[in-house]
Amino acid sequence: MAEPKTLEQYQDEIAQCVRCGACQAHCPVYLETGREGSVARGKIVLAAAVLAGEAGLDERLREEIGLCLLCGSCVVKCPNRVPTDAIVGALRRRITGEQGLSPLGKGVAALTGSKPLLKTLLKGADLLAPLLFKTIPATSGLRLRLAPEALKGRSLPPIPERTLFARVPEFLEGESDKPTVGVFAGCGLTYLYPQVGEILVRLPHRLGYSVFLPKAQGCCGMPALSSGNGPLIDTLTQANAGAFAGRQLDCILTACASCHGMLTASATETGNSLAAELIDIHVFLHQQGLVERLAALPKWQERIRVTYHDPCHLRSASITRQPRDLLRALPQVDFVEMEDAGLCCGLGGTFTAAHPDLSRAIGDRKVAGLKASGATVIASSCPGCILQLQDIVDRAGLPVKVVHTLELIDQALTGPPR
Amino acid sequence: MLNDRILEALTGIAGAANVSSSTVDRITHSFDATQQQWLPEVVVHPGSAEEISRIVRLANEERIPILPRGAGSGFTGGSLPIRGGIVLVLTRMNRILEIDTDNLIAVVEPGVVTGRLQKEVERLGLFYPPDPASKDFSTLGGNIAECAGGPRCVKYGVTRDYVLGLEVVTPTGSIIHTGGRTIKNVVGYDLTRLFVGSEGTLGIVTRIILRLLPQPEARKTMLVAFAAIDGAAQAVSAIIRGKIIPTTLEFMDASAIDCVRQATSLDLPADCRAVLIIEVDGDRSVLDGQAEKILEIIRPLGVLATRVAETAEESEAIWKVRRSISPSLRAMGPHKFNEDIVVPRSRVPAMIRALEAISHRFGVPIINFGHAGDGNIHVNVMVDLKVPGMEATVQQVLDEIFRITVELDGAISGEHGIGTAKAAYIGMELDPATLAAMRAIKQALDPNNIMNPGKIFPDDSPEKVPMPAPGPSSP
Repeated sequence: MAEPKTLEQYQDEIAQCVRCGACQAHCPVYLETGREGSVARGKIVLAAAVLAGEAGLDERLREEIGLCLLCGSCVVKCPNRVPTDAIVGALRRRITGEQGLSPLGKGVAALTGSKPLLKTLLKGADLLAPLLFKTIPATSGLRLRLAPEALKGRSLPPIPERTLFARVPEFLEGESDKPTVGVFAGCGLTYLYPQVGEILVRLPHRLGYSVFLPKAQGCCGMPALSSGNGPLIDTLTQANAGAFAGRQLDCILTACASCHGMLTASATETGNSLAAELIDIHVFLHQQGLVERLAALPKWQERIRVTYHDPCHLRSASITRQPRDLLRALPQVDFVEMEDAGLCCGLGGTFTAAHPDLSRAIGDRKVAGLKASGATVIASSCPGCILQLQDIVDRAGLPVKVVHTLELIDQALTGPPR
Repeated sequence: MLNDRILEALTGIAGAANVSSSTVDRITHSFDATQQQWLPEVVVHPGSAEEISRIVRLANEERIPILPRGAGSGFTGGSLPIRGGIVLVLTRMNRILEIDTDNLIAVVEPGVVTGRLQKEVERLGLFYPPDPASKDFSTLGGNIAECAGGPRCVKYGVTRDYVLGLEVVTPTGSIIHTGGRTIKNVVGYDLTRLFVGSEGTLGIVTRIILRLLPQPEARKTMLVAFAAIDGAAQAVSAIIRGKIIPTTLEFMDASAIDCVRQATSLDLPADCRAVLIIEVDGDRSVLDGQAEKILEIIRPLGVLATRVAETAEESEAIWKVRRSISPSLRAMGPHKFNEDIVVPRSRVPAMIRALEAISHRFGVPIINFGHAGDGNIHVNVMVDLKVPGMEATVQQVLDEIFRITVELDGAISGEHGIGTAKAAYIGMELDPATLAAMRAIKQALDPNNIMNPGKIFPDDSPEKVPMPAPGPSSP
């Protein structure tokens, strides 16, 4: 299996940056800090300086390289499409390669990397919770109602009690003339929002497909990428490839934008891809004609005003139309756009744990647009964004509920309450 | 030059969090969009005019070079610290202080990004017209330093036409106030206009009073394909003669059309050698009439096809043609020399013909597009510098381009400025007496030559005046 690329292997891409500064308009971190080291252009210049031996991997450099959400906003808007997120990943791996993992990075490794994978992940979710929930006030808790103090420094029982794997079988037999699809659930939909994970499994089954949810699947590797742990990315990639191998699959579905982004990027960078094409659930449902089917349902008497937040990792994959088309078609929904729908929520994997204040400041930029939209529900399609958005609306005191798009689709198909 | 005592003094003024002499911060403030790199000695992010005044006083006493920096997105080296010293980054001073809807005025700090101000005033039905291609990231302070333009200048003019007053820290540390809040003001010299376009060599702008307009109700976009560049150029003059001033009048020559043919969904006729993108704005009720009148005027001039956008999406599709030029240029050569010459409108065809001849003579692709309405042509010389002798060829090509520009009564820069990139050529346009007058002003305001030294004036620029660096996308 090919390893993730080294910084040297990105030499050509680094040279493609013409320092125009266009990234400044799109970097959520730069918009907050206004400092050149925060933005893609500054980081590229630093990467070039490291390669040229003009800058060492000192504390100040680590600090600047740490200030990246890996959201990819800059890449999409870059006139030369310089892959700054991948270059930052390579730079972080170089730092950990020379200096070892940061305490946070060690935490991630302990959670997502040890063997056996499955067991670790179960435990991982418990341990990951305090990491992720560090910034969530007691009042919010994302329906989990867990105070940070309660989470601090100890392993907790699985949250919620039944994980996705306990809710659905590994294989659901569909109609005989329909192929089998795989499901890559990811940590968020397995442990934090298993009710959404369950819809991800049951919806394609409802459409006639057989569904395979291998229990041997693990973390997509995003936290490992974020903390610069190259060997761990490699381990996880191999484990996930193995989990889906040996079965004839039409495609593999995800409903987590970050997993989608990570697995796609990893396949591009290393050539290691899963056994079948990875497809975002919205794109899949769109292809299946669900928009027309939903639009044909009788409109509900009482409808909810819903807006949508673009997860960075779907937006940068140009998946913005399909979730909206689905939402617009829902019989119980009046869809409204909000300003800055594409602005990053500020979670950024381990970013929020390393820079909680900055993470929140970035997230708070969503509030004005959300308020102005008048929506009472905000839908998104990434558990990370959902986690962060709930924190944002709770702190702003907005009476807004955060849901996964799939929850609204499921609600529509179930029908109005009697 | 810089010692611990001075660093301590800077820290005392701006705070430890806003002063850094670390290698990392020096590197991240060593460049701009010219891709050249010169390390400063210290980077300071000041928070107020008072802090800046104290820092400049210190620099002046200690004879330390100092230069202001906004987004660092200039094309001519205006924010390169070529003599080291202090880089003052103004991004912290990014407040919109006031939008006065009675007097149509905005008061802002220099670090405000142009596009952000536009968005804010548009919410109130107002309009700040200057629209450099970098408006989403360049700052108003930087726009003022370079007197930025943009496509809308045909109708609305450039940055200088919207600056009513400034607060400036001079190179000796005084805080002065030029102009004011009124359209009319003839009290003393017009220092406001002196500072606009001064490229950070005369002082640091710390507060800006801008003139606003009511926002036009609607706009209408058209794309017109011509059989020859002459027809397109005559069309520009004919429209203006017809007493219509469009908001924008952008053109692409045959070389630019060839570049974008693949990149766009719009069908351009195969024999199309020039394209004009015309936009008019104003009251909805008059726009259809204006569009028809324009098409009527230009019909006899070799028009192959016209397309009038009926919806915002169709308008966007037309603009996409224009915007796809820069990214598609890369295929023509890895290194781009992007010049922004300007000639009187009527001389555009002559200039384009001259550029075609130069391209042919030296065997290098030259792609031309830009703001035909005001004669501002973006000339992109596309080469591979790894080819032996290419640097010398480029030098000759640029010399020739600038020579002809001046011959045609034009200017060697319309909106990017001189900086370091064009300092060597300034003498082609300005006679010695004029240059001497400019020098006298610089000397009077900056006796110790500490404020952004090495810019504009040729003998003052880096040791051997460097080649203008290959640049990125252009407006």
